Amino acid sequence: MRVVVDLNRCQGYAQCAFLAPDVFEIHGEEALLYKPRPDEAWRDDVVRAVTACPVQAILLDRSDEAVTAGEASDAR
Amino acid sequence: MPADGYLERLKREGRIVVVGASLAGLRAAETLRDEGFAGTLTMVGDEPYEPYDRPPLSKGVLLNRTTPDHTALPRRRALDADWRLGVAATGLDMAAKRVRLADGEELEYDRLLIATGVRARPWPHEREAELDGVFVLRTRDDATALQKRLTDGPRRVFVVGAGFTGSEIASACREREIAVTVAERGAAPLVGALGGVVGEVAAQLQRESGVDLRTGVMVTGLEGDSAGRVRTAHLSDGSSVEADVVVVSLGATRNTEWLTGSGLGAGPRGIACDAGCRAFDIRGIVTDDIFVAGDVARSPHPLFGYQFLSLEHWGNAVSQAETAAHNMLCKSVDRRPHMWVPAFWSSQFGVNIKSVGVPSMGTEILISQGSLAERRFVGVYGYQERVIGAVTFDQARWLPFYEHLIETTASFPPPFATVDRRPEGARPVPADFPDPSVPTHGPTVTLSGYSPADRRMTFTPGRH
Ligand SMILES: Cc1cc2nc3c(=O)[nH]c(=O)nc-3n(C[C@H](O)[C@H](O)[C@H](O)COP(=O)(O)OP(=O)(O)OC[C@H]3O[C@@H](n4cnc5c(N)ncnc54)[C@H](O)[C@@H]3O)c2cc1C
Ligand code: SF4
Repeated sequence: MRVVVDLNRCQGYAQCAFLAPDVFEIHGEEALLYKPRPDEAWRDDVVRAVTACPVQAILLDRSDEAVTAGEASDAR
Repeated sequence: MPADGYLERLKREGRIVVVGASLAGLRAAETLRDEGFAGTLTMVGDEPYEPYDRPPLSKGVLLNRTTPDHTALPRRRALDADWRLGVAATGLDMAAKRVRLADGEELEYDRLLIATGVRARPWPHEREAELDGVFVLRTRDDATALQKRLTDGPRRVFVVGAGFTGSEIASACREREIAVTVAERGAAPLVGALGGVVGEVAAQLQRESGVDLRTGVMVTGLEGDSAGRVRTAHLSDGSSVEADVVVVSLGATRNTEWLTGSGLGAGPRGIACDAGCRAFDIRGIVTDDIFVAGDVARSPHPLFGYQFLSLEHWGNAVSQAETAAHNMLCKSVDRRPHMWVPAFWSSQFGVNIKSVGVPSMGTEILISQGSLAERRFVGVYGYQERVIGAVTFDQARWLPFYEHLIETTASFPPPFATVDRRPEGARPVPADFPDPSVPTHGPTVTLSGYSPADRRMTFTPGRH
């Protein structure tokens, strides 16, 4: 599971940190730190965070297609 | 042949090559498929990894919240692309519409997207740069090497250049209680991007967090021990600093060398393109099949007097890639201009720093909310009586409001009276940017002149 947060959009509302505390964390007053490849175990939490984010800043994988013809993928 | 028929065929069975398989390349590829491109899509990248995200490399990675190999970017959709990873593009034949690869292969294209980004500017003295313990931070491999060294417990880290990346590295060191010295040629950290007034706040933050910050100095040399490990950094004020890790953060160089001699308008300032992301050739004539996006591009912006902007910004790479991809597949009347309002974030020393617009164009700054002393404020930048940019320290929620002021070319100083305006916010003061002709670590927005016909600015002639 790969995650990226558009931190230009993020306004530090911290909903994600409440819903998926193992993945998202507020660092200082309002800076967001997150794990870009969270453990599968947290998927439900992450999905809830994606839905709850008031500015839709969190992007979660919609495809885990491997890269081909290049080096082996280290996705997932 | 009617153009419509051509576009139909292009979408159905055309060949699109994307050179540079990072943020811009990936987002462009996704948009191409989203917009119905069913032909052959080839992704060429000289790094051996699938597209990954760079901002965590100087933040979450150095703070040990994640590892460099965990930064692969999520996919918006399946791409069904042919990936050529670990292979650099080495040349372009515009007439034959072919890209040459380092392994000798040639790829023919109907449309080409160039998204080769930038690379870290290395320490200029080659032998010193090769000393063990001297790093730059741009790639996943750089981050892996640096993270390992920081975990080994260095005695002192020495950072050359206090731009955003250098400052974030110093911040991570302090959070991990690693001794760190930062040397900056300018008067304060972040001056190139945010000016002296805000830079002074950044300097205080660094010093209070225990950074040994040296400003107004240049690093004159790096010295190693007999085993070839870096040991000492020498400064222009005659002092020296003992350090076993040195991180060179002197800004970036555009990856355009592979286009030398191709006839494309590519040079050290990047690749000039029109507002629709089409690249110019060296004669200043726009091409119709070559597009550019991301850090390597320089494009005119209507909000900033149509000056050409080079933006080393994550959000710009995403937005420009989407626009370029859209324009690659449609008729000229359906093309869209790339009009993204520049935006940037950084987090360091526990503070969330964000900006919109082009602060470095500003001549004056007004602290419109909060206060510098509290390290929690909004600074508005003015240029020719217009709002041109804004920066927030731990006030991110206000930024969209200021973005709107910039987009609507609101007058400066802004007329509104805010609830918590302090005495220092009563009137604008000089923003105090350094002389742009003096190179610093490099701001993340560069104004690079007007028209591509201004040849001095747009290209270096190829060596034939
Ligand atoms: C440590 C760090 C921290 C950052 N933090 C922030 C931040 O907080 N906020 C923010 O807004 N931005 C930040 N950025 C900037 C952001 O990461 C960039 O704007 C973004 O990566 C640009 O994407 P790009 O695809 O245009 O270029 P790049 O990411 O530079 O990708 C270009 C790719 O092309 C490849 N390439 C180059 N030449 C060739 C060739 N000849 N053939 C094949 N491939 C080639 C390169 O190796 C690279 O993989 C940060 C960058 C770094 C390095
Ligand atoms: S919920 Fe959204 S806006 Fe709030 S901190 Fe998380 S990502 Fe940012």
